[in-house]
Amino acid sequence: MNALDPIVAAPLYAKRTAVFPRKIDGPFRRFKWLVMAVCLAVYWGTPWIRWDRGPHAPGQAVLVDLAHRRFYMFAIEIWPQEFYFVAGLLIMAGIGLFLVTSAVGRAWCGYACPQTVWTDLYQHVDRLIDGDRNAQLRLNAAPWGAGKLVRRAFKWSVYLGIAFVTGGAWIFYFADAPTLQRAFWTGTAAPVAYAATGILTFTTFWLGGFMREQVCIYMCPWPRIQTAMLDENSLIVTYKHWRGEPRGSLKEAKGAETPLGDCIDCKQCMAVCPTGIDIREGPQIGCITCALCVDACDRAMASVGRPRGLIDYCTLVDAEREIKGTPARSVMRVLLRPRLIAYFAVWGGIGLVLLFMLGARERLTLSVAHERNPEFVQLSGGAVRNAFTLALRNMEDRPRTLRLAAEHLPQAAIYTDDMDAHAARGSIDVIVPADSTARVRLYAVVPAAAARPQEFAIIASPLDHGGRPVRRETHFMAPERHGDHEHEEENE
Amino acid sequence: MTHEKDAPHGGGKVIDHATGTAKVGHEWDGIEELDTPLPRWWLWTFYATIVFALVYVVLYPAIPMLHSASTGTLGWTSRGALAEEMTQEQAEHRAVRAAIAAAPIEALAANPALQRAAIEGGRAAFKVNCVQCHGAGAAGAKGYPNLNDDDWLWGGDLNTIQQTLINGIRQPGNDATRVSQMPSFGRDGILTAAQVQDVVSHVRVLSKQDPASAAPARGAELFANNCAVCHGAIGEGNRAVGAPKINDKIWLYGGDRASLTETVTNAHGGVMPAWGGRLDPVTIKMLAVYVHSLGGGEAAPAPAPAAPATGAAQ
Repeated sequence: MNALDPIVAAPLYAKRTAVFPRKIDGPFRRFKWLVMAVCLAVYWGTPWIRWDRGPHAPGQAVLVDLAHRRFYMFAIEIWPQEFYFVAGLLIMAGIGLFLVTSAVGRAWCGYACPQTVWTDLYQHVDRLIDGDRNAQLRLNAAPWGAGKLVRRAFKWSVYLGIAFVTGGAWIFYFADAPTLQRAFWTGTAAPVAYAATGILTFTTFWLGGFMREQVCIYMCPWPRIQTAMLDENSLIVTYKHWRGEPRGSLKEAKGAETPLGDCIDCKQCMAVCPTGIDIREGPQIGCITCALCVDACDRAMASVGRPRGLIDYCTLVDAEREIKGTPARSVMRVLLRPRLIAYFAVWGGIGLVLLFMLGARERLTLSVAHERNPEFVQLSGGAVRNAFTLALRNMEDRPRTLRLAAEHLPQAAIYTDDMDAHAARGSIDVIVPADSTARVRLYAVVPAAAARPQEFAIIASPLDHGGRPVRRETHFMAPERHGDHEHEEENE
Repeated sequence: MTHEKDAPHGGGKVIDHATGTAKVGHEWDGIEELDTPLPRWWLWTFYATIVFALVYVVLYPAIPMLHSASTGTLGWTSRGALAEEMTQEQAEHRAVRAAIAAAPIEALAANPALQRAAIEGGRAAFKVNCVQCHGAGAAGAKGYPNLNDDDWLWGGDLNTIQQTLINGIRQPGNDATRVSQMPSFGRDGILTAAQVQDVVSHVRVLSKQDPASAAPARGAELFANNCAVCHGAIGEGNRAVGAPKINDKIWLYGGDRASLTETVTNAHGGVMPAWGGRLDPVTIKMLAVYVHSLGGGEAAPAPAPAAPATGAAQ
């Protein structure tokens, strides 16, 4: 042996070992069922909830109307320029994940993540069609024959059906669901609907049916981020080695010289694990903390008459305490720590700000663009005219009549481009249709005597009930007159 | 080959001890190369791009030749694609253009949606055909009328604007074009240089730029004899002959002494092309509606009952 001898490194590529988790029942499994049912029901059912917004807006409770650039969520309607609400919600979701992760570890991964939910669903399909773990292992090892081919084809078509019905349902968030449903089956829906359904059906089929735990272990960034987020007070699924080791079956325990630990090495925790890991090796990236091994271990312990919780949710701090023999801390003490309070304060603060903004936002807005080419028009009688392009946004689901006027612009008369100049007057009324933007080309004429560059405001007052006027500062352009300064001096 | 002694019999691969990777079998001065082939997927992607390129060359224009390129079996051309897009665009606009064509120009205002479409269509056409002289904001320039204001040489109602667009102003070879010509009073010796100055002084008084004095008083008579026939006794202008108002604040060629002297001496007469033969009637109609909407548009003049009688008398 010398320095040039081979350094044998393990290959970077590890072939996947298929996971066939065994069926298990227990409190965590039942909780997982509940979360899956709620998640899928909310996801699937939401687009079908109706919400009456009157004749001018869609009647779907939750709708992302990309074509008309509107986002509806029950009583809330968001316009593109109000997209910061969605950004705020996303920030809340992010900080919420921090909060949850710090408190209860990877609860998102274990229960609510779509990848987990769909993988769980597909693993149930496997058990229904191929039988439980052992049957699946046998079938997997069996050579490809007609029987296996038929079984596989059947199972994959069930995969595909579920993928189509669940993944494909995403499109209903983007159009009126019943109408789109009808259009979809009669072949008259927009091509993008078919494309989206196709893509989402495929990704659901592939990620849920075949990629499974590999998504969590290799593809998803969240487990990696969480390693930085977890601390010694976060709940993680823990094999209590100080209680379980040295492990050994009951038979081995009988023959042992020194008493063995509680772990009877039945490997049930490994058999039920959806990501195929051995939790007894300690915390690891593959553990999504779904706690199915807790259920399995509790059953095993019950069958041999030992106390439950050999594998259990536990923080690192409490693990240390248990090793020393001191009892675990109360849940409140673990939760009420500065880090969690800070996260919660930030999370709740953003939520309150969003709520306040939602309550205080204007549903009628006005923006004014002063015409720059030409800045002003000299009229034959000496009067000066300016042009403005107004955008009146009526975000309510009813048409509104607005009275436009120029404020602090003496002797001004206004008219629009579809009116005759002789009809110019102090104020004009425009009707803005429900839930839309009206663009108005407004002309303001100021007689020669009063025409000088000055600031003023355009004001739009609703003539119907309930609504503050909206005003926008702008300026009136006119040629500088030599006499102006003298006038001012005289006035003084 | 020095390393042949390493090679197993039968020409199998030589494995590098340090890395466990096969060698390619070359050796240069003791330096050997490891055999690390391209990943299969990369290679197949590469072959696929070659196949794609071959198919592309057959289907699409690809091979440059002296005067053109190979045509490709699909017959695709970028010009053809553009033409198709244009046809599609026109097809989309067909209905609204037909509606605009069918409506008399004064009646468009009764249909706000149609009027809005006409204004926007006119705005687009204006940017292509009119901005060269009248400016992007239609504010004109010296010699090119500002279309935003309320001062019209030939009239500012919809029909008159449309008429001007179709036949132009002083457009040679167009029988229906609007024509008039101001005499070059100075250059042609109708007025002496001093008289021109007197007339200019009077015009400055008429337009309230200067107070009355001796020179304008002399100019008043000259004005009455030479100018009033077109520009009116008090300089109110005459749209029938396109004679500008000269008692207002708007000057096409400038209202200062130098500009007025130049105008009276040499005269001006701007030319606008006749667009009737160049643009389709719907585009011209939309342009008229757009120009009318710029703020200075006038209502159609009330039918003057005296007008036919005057015509008959002449």
